[in-house]
Amino acid sequence: MTVMQIVFLITAVVTLFAAFRVVTTPNMVHAALWLIVTLFGAAVFYALLQANFLAVAQVVVYIGAIAILMMFVIMLTRREMRDRGPQTGKQWPWAAVIAAAFFGGLVWLGQQAALPAAPKADVPKDSIAQLGQALVSPNGFVIPFEVASVLLLAALIGAVYLAWTRHQS
Amino acid sequence: MNTWIYIAIFIFLSLFFPTLLAVAGWFLGPRRPNPIKEDTYECGLETVGETWVQFKIQYYLFALVFLVFDVELVFLYPWAVAYHKLPLYAVGEGVLFIALLAAALIYAWRKGALEWS
Amino acid sequence: MGILSQPVGAIAAWLQALLEGWGLAPGLTKVILYLIGAGLVATLVQVWVIFLIWFERKIIGRFQDRLGPNRVGPYGLLQPFADLIKIITKEVILPAKADKAVYLLGPIVMNAGVLAIWAVIPLMPMVGMDTNIAALYTIAVGAFATLGILMSGWASNNKFALVSAIRTVAQMVAYEVPTVLALLVPVLLAGTMSLHGIVKAQHVWFVIFAPLAFLIYFIASVAEVGRTPFDLLEAESEIVAGFHIEYSGMVFAIFYVADFLHAFTIGALAAVLFLGGWRGPGAEAFPLLGVVYLWIKAFAVYFLVVWARGSLPRVRIDQMMDFSWKFLTPLALILLVVAAVLDHFVIGLGVWGRALSHLAANAVVAWLVLQYLEHYDRARARQRPMVAQPGQYPEARPPAPVETSPETAS
Repeated sequence: MTVMQIVFLITAVVTLFAAFRVVTTPNMVHAALWLIVTLFGAAVFYALLQANFLAVAQVVVYIGAIAILMMFVIMLTRREMRDRGPQTGKQWPWAAVIAAAFFGGLVWLGQQAALPAAPKADVPKDSIAQLGQALVSPNGFVIPFEVASVLLLAALIGAVYLAWTRHQS
Repeated sequence: MNTWIYIAIFIFLSLFFPTLLAVAGWFLGPRRPNPIKEDTYECGLETVGETWVQFKIQYYLFALVFLVFDVELVFLYPWAVAYHKLPLYAVGEGVLFIALLAAALIYAWRKGALEWS
Repeated sequence: MGILSQPVGAIAAWLQALLEGWGLAPGLTKVILYLIGAGLVATLVQVWVIFLIWFERKIIGRFQDRLGPNRVGPYGLLQPFADLIKIITKEVILPAKADKAVYLLGPIVMNAGVLAIWAVIPLMPMVGMDTNIAALYTIAVGAFATLGILMSGWASNNKFALVSAIRTVAQMVAYEVPTVLALLVPVLLAGTMSLHGIVKAQHVWFVIFAPLAFLIYFIASVAEVGRTPFDLLEAESEIVAGFHIEYSGMVFAIFYVADFLHAFTIGALAAVLFLGGWRGPGAEAFPLLGVVYLWIKAFAVYFLVVWARGSLPRVRIDQMMDFSWKFLTPLALILLVVAAVLDHFVIGLGVWGRALSHLAANAVVAWLVLQYLEHYDRARARQRPMVAQPGQYPEARPPAPVETSPETAS
């Protein structure tokens, strides 16, 4: 086992445990904090794959913006911070069976699929410049790039519209 | 990979130093707790009601505008890095992207989402 | 490889040979070397705060026509050590209602978020990790400082602390956008996100290329640190001490240290991004000089932060929001477009031609902005006259005589 694998295993265990805590903790803010640990774990995975830009973008967008906003929203809207009700519904055994079956299926599929071997070559030094070129080249992703901008504009208009009408009433 | 090893070590150290300070403070300082000392500090007045109350929705609107901007700006970084290798029309595409961002800002502004009332 | 031209490389090579001579694996040797390097940088930076505390108290003292600390040691230099010894013997109070784990984690996360930025700051050629995402990394790690404040403000279970935490996020939300936009300008000019690459690209400092972007970056970073005039998160006249109201002893000291360190860190970042980093006469040949240059530049920016703290009153929250969303963000967007379009045409002009044309463009933008502001100011003055105009308010009349009925009068 190489050092990389050990690091991967530790990160995987921490990430999974944090994800588990996100859904089991009764305290909303704690759930958001555990979510941050999970998201950070994902960033570490990207870093292990040498996807530097993705790793940092993951932290900037998901932890720096989305997770902090989630904590913020929880603080803004929930009067009751702690969920005192039971943590599981009546059908939890059924849900567990289906989830386990689904997971088993995924594992089986993963075993079946012939995944290509990881490329041996190192990530090129100017990978980010290449990404930037691909984002705006007509043969690359220029349409998704601009559409993403339009999509986000639409999202903002929607958000302002919803919050604005509520503000009026 | 080496860069990430160094950064991981550095992050570990930057967590370690303040922890060390906190532990030192915990063991070197006295500990004589009493209920009044541990009470919520509000300049000597008794606390009234819950702390974790609802805040105004205004904050939320700013947060949403910010989220949209943050996601868009991350897209711009690879473009800026590749900038010197790009032809003029590709620079134009970037400017179009920024113009859409500006349109979002103008919309929010005109709608009064940026007014603090 | 001489010790003067490559001090770190030479020492690292010597240590590596020594450790491998003991029979350690090359991988482990590398980790140990990194640990030593990171430990040295982190310790240096963390200990430097002790001096910063003395400096800031002294300078603020002079601004306010006082002497500042002057009793302990020469010029009061030992004052921070005295404070340290005193604070270390103070009790760490855990409020009964606090969320204990989050309460203790908050300051640690905040300090870590600030300190970890130094992993990528190029102190001199060779030192500071050269990674191709360093610029964005500083933003990513900075988010943890905000997170720490948010955690401690919430976990204290105190109304003042919670208000402060909410304000912190509102402020971060407002000023992160101009910071990131202004940071794009040096990245675009240098064509790399590596901070080493940005320093190397600055044959002419980027502050000459983009003085307005530097200004925006500086103001927005000061706001993100939460220094005066943007210290709404610890406005002592409104919310006592803000997010650290419930903290005491060493755990409070972590906040205190992190605050000073953050202010100096934005100085260092501004120096690297806009003021040429370790560049200076002779820095290429003697890298140790580079550290001195960087330190001086970072210190100069830090002095500006302290100066602002000593001179400016605190802004109101609506002013704070307006200033970011309606002034800094549009301006930063305009500057980015101007830099992007202009640089494409002037790239062939040589270093100084390029720099001066950027400077001229910045001057034009600045002039237009000032014109617009003046116009806006006049328009607003017309809308809302400061002096009451005749006929604006109803005339003051003498009070109506009290009706007295003849019965009661008699």
